[in-house]
Amino acid sequence: MYEFDYTRPSSVADAAKARGDDSSYLAGGMTLLPTLKQRLARPDKLVDLSGLAELKGISVAGGTLTIGAMTCHADVANSADVKKAIPALAVLASGIGDPQVRNRGTIGGSIANADPSADYPAAVVALNATIHTNKRQLAGEQFFKGLFETALEPGEIVVKVSFPIPKRAGYCKFPNPASRYAVVGVMVADTASGVRVGVTGAGPCAFRAKDMEAALAKNFSADAIANVAMPAKGLNTDLHATAEYRAHLVGVMAKRAIAAALG
Amino acid sequence: MNHVANPTGIGASVKRVEDLRFVRGKGRYTDDIRLHGETHAYIIRSPHAHAKIAKIDTSRAAAAAGVVMVITAADLAKLGGLPCGWLIHSKDGSPMKEPKHPVLAEGKVRHVGDSVAVVVAETLAAARDAAELIEVDYEPLPAVIDMSKAAAGPALHEASPNNQCFDWHIGDEAAVKDAFAKAAHVTKLELINNRLAPNAIEPRAYIADFIQATGETTLYTSNQNPHVIRLLAGAFVFQMPEHKLRVIAPDVGGGFGSKIYHYAEEAIVIWAAGQIGRPVRWTSDRSEAFISDAQGRDHKTVVELALDKDGKFIGLRADTLANVGAYLSTFASVVPTILHATLLAGNYTTPAIYCNVKAIFTNTVPVDAYRGAGRPEATYLLERVIDLAAIETKRDPAELRRINFIAPSQFPYQTPVALQYDTGNYGRTLDMALAAAKYKDFPTRRAEAKARGKLRGIGIANYIEACGIAPSAVAGALGGRAGGYESGAIRVNPTGSVTVMTGSHSHGQGHETTFAQIVSDKLGIPFDQVDVVHGDTARTPFGMGTYGSRSIAVGGSALIKAMDKIIAKGKQIAAHLLEVSDQDVVFENGAFTVAGTDRKKTIGEVAFQAYVPHNFPHDKLEPGLEEQAFYDPKNFTFPAGTYICEVEIDPDTGVTKVVDFTAADDFGRIINPMIVEGQVQGGLAQGIGQALLEHCIYGADGQLLTGSFMDYAMPRADDLPMFKISTTDTPTPCTHNPLGVKGCGEAGAIGSPVALINAVVNALSEFGVKHIDMPATPQAVWRAIQTAKSKT
Repeated sequence: MYEFDYTRPSSVADAAKARGDDSSYLAGGMTLLPTLKQRLARPDKLVDLSGLAELKGISVAGGTLTIGAMTCHADVANSADVKKAIPALAVLASGIGDPQVRNRGTIGGSIANADPSADYPAAVVALNATIHTNKRQLAGEQFFKGLFETALEPGEIVVKVSFPIPKRAGYCKFPNPASRYAVVGVMVADTASGVRVGVTGAGPCAFRAKDMEAALAKNFSADAIANVAMPAKGLNTDLHATAEYRAHLVGVMAKRAIAAALG
Repeated sequence: MNHVANPTGIGASVKRVEDLRFVRGKGRYTDDIRLHGETHAYIIRSPHAHAKIAKIDTSRAAAAAGVVMVITAADLAKLGGLPCGWLIHSKDGSPMKEPKHPVLAEGKVRHVGDSVAVVVAETLAAARDAAELIEVDYEPLPAVIDMSKAAAGPALHEASPNNQCFDWHIGDEAAVKDAFAKAAHVTKLELINNRLAPNAIEPRAYIADFIQATGETTLYTSNQNPHVIRLLAGAFVFQMPEHKLRVIAPDVGGGFGSKIYHYAEEAIVIWAAGQIGRPVRWTSDRSEAFISDAQGRDHKTVVELALDKDGKFIGLRADTLANVGAYLSTFASVVPTILHATLLAGNYTTPAIYCNVKAIFTNTVPVDAYRGAGRPEATYLLERVIDLAAIETKRDPAELRRINFIAPSQFPYQTPVALQYDTGNYGRTLDMALAAAKYKDFPTRRAEAKARGKLRGIGIANYIEACGIAPSAVAGALGGRAGGYESGAIRVNPTGSVTVMTGSHSHGQGHETTFAQIVSDKLGIPFDQVDVVHGDTARTPFGMGTYGSRSIAVGGSALIKAMDKIIAKGKQIAAHLLEVSDQDVVFENGAFTVAGTDRKKTIGEVAFQAYVPHNFPHDKLEPGLEEQAFYDPKNFTFPAGTYICEVEIDPDTGVTKVVDFTAADDFGRIINPMIVEGQVQGGLAQGIGQALLEHCIYGADGQLLTGSFMDYAMPRADDLPMFKISTTDTPTPCTHNPLGVKGCGEAGAIGSPVALINAVVNALSEFGVKHIDMPATPQAVWRAIQTAKSKT
């Protein structure tokens, strides 16, 4: 890596102030650190968010599960509150990367990075989450804008993510055999605002499968989407999966997610 | 041999002594070594697969902070190229094309990752910073990637206008033609053997230290055969007398073949240390390893099997394209030829075999031996075509194999492809495997899986391997530029402990344990009194190192030979001390005894007297108790066995899960069953990795698309089943070495890929799928199902 300055502020306000035009926030570092090691990024300063108490913790209140941005995946996976409120979210977190990644990577880092193959975006979209930043609140569905692109403005910090607790939800992913990122990951949630299907891994960023949602609204069962085809157009193609295979997998993972939701 | 039960002798599952340091993080690997005043080398590598170098400007880098020196090919004009250790002749009698493999690219780069220039600096960061200041003007050329189109591409090397290294063959082509003419059935199959990245857990690392006072250079290297490196670097690259070069391979974290070879970076640190008079170190990172460690396999083959009406194999023909990459690595030429085509008889009596191998230069990382080295490729094509023949002729795959086995009564058996097998009992391992795998009950398991929506398949494979290239005379006649012997020295210290010095090298195999067991067993000395020294040219006799599952068969036999000399000398000493004739002394249970009496001297007493020989008859008896031996084997050893794999495929996703795996191996006599089982497990994991997960994929422009663990899938524990391994049964000990051992390091990787693919094809049989190439990724399996469905 190249040389950089490092600072570890103790308040969100200080963190925002510390950031310059060419600096980066450091959350779990699961993407940023390998990028730095390969000299693919050259920030002049890393602003480490690990000292911000406001970004930590998991709480349940008023039908909402709230997770601080710097909460690591292992803490989400093992949280009794998460397991009780939204078990599908604990399942999702327990399948991210490997134990090392789960003990370093954070929910805030994951969604702010907006890797098209990350798991959390499926939940953010399907559960109709709200992203709380140091400046405003963003609806989950509007948060992801494209490949590694979010609605966050430069310098904006994700503080916490709140998930309205659904009636039931399930998550199923098809892991990349090498990286264990999601080739396709689907969360199906039966929520107060209707059935929502969030898909990650398949497209440039997480999206809702609205044809499936319509079918599931009438009949919340795997059979209901047996004939709902996911078009391959616009989906990702890489070494591991063509768009056509991904489209097929969206259907398979959605059915398995429904089965999981139905327990 | 000593037959008194010895809890640390031959046959005992002694815990690995080396693990005490490894599991506590106390191993001493090359990168752990720190020398005073050391500098750091960073290699500037080609971003292009094929390009001319118009100009290199190093002036800014040379002036940068912390830089000690900058090196380009122009500085290394006096150095030789990296040599190839095996000369293959084409079928027209011409020698293989052997273009120079320069330490740094000379005017042209030939693969992404080719070494172009070096910065040596006070810190690694300073070296990397300065490397970015080096300006290289490349003129890109079209890349030659696809072997079958290589002849039409631009030549990588002037010496080889059609990019062919050699066109070699073996066997009786006319006899094979006759066999096919009278065949009742011919099965033909085209297949690939996928290219693999070795990925030892410890990346390559080197440190060179030049001592001005003596003119000696010490090279610390993560390597499998330090004496061979000293020979290759000293005699060929540097023309340096070998007593001025000491090579130390300390703890080494896995090799799998990739650390046999002499690499450019070793030559770079040796040269630079000599120039600046300070130690120079280089450690590969994982990304560099993907584009600079020699890779494995990469064959493309058309194979045909001729059967008579009874299912007997009467002819086999294989036509193989073997990718050698951009340069000939140290053993690149022997792998697809001598180590591949000579194994095509397998375990069978096929009377006529012919194989043609064309080795092709491409703009990819050099290809060389990788665990199994040629033998997995041979086993794969043979056991795949047999399985397909069983389908086509509607025979049970186990029975078709059985009726073609070389019978135990036929040994020694001369194959039509050069090798003579000394011993074997293939029916026995087949029976063992079929019983352990509950083969007969498979239809019930398949039906049960079907009820769960899964496609269950079973696959059988036999394998044979040839370990310990031998004898040296034959190796030489076949083009080997070195022999296949090994050294061993035994020093019985004055107080009765033993230091064992071996020319072989342990980098995961556990030699420090097994070699000590052999010595404890034969000399009757407690196991914990035996130390095994390896990996240092200054402390061990010249030896060939460890690869090709040769260490116990060749290196272990050398120790037996040295210990025979120790015992003979010990008898003389004991006879002198006991005042009897040498002939009256017998050695047993660690003591020299006057036959028929209770008068004896323990080996410790004899050793002590050997070093304080106050009244020795020095004209007849020298002091000391230290002997050395070089053992040149009479033949290869031929481990063999049967592997049975069971898979379940999820038809919705194409995911293949290995649900059961049975291995029945005949490794001859076994020294440490626990270590052998570990070797088989590791081999199976690598073989399953090849069959299901691993694949080096190059783009048409020669960029490695699977250049990190994000895309190159290594097998993990949850990809593997619990293995059923039978290692303690020894159907047939080797007949020609004193231990009766055969070798076990590669078997798992040789027999497992084809057992797995046979199982996948079996699982997909309801769709009429006849073949699927490795790796059988979920997408490939899903697509095979879709394609089959669309045809019906």
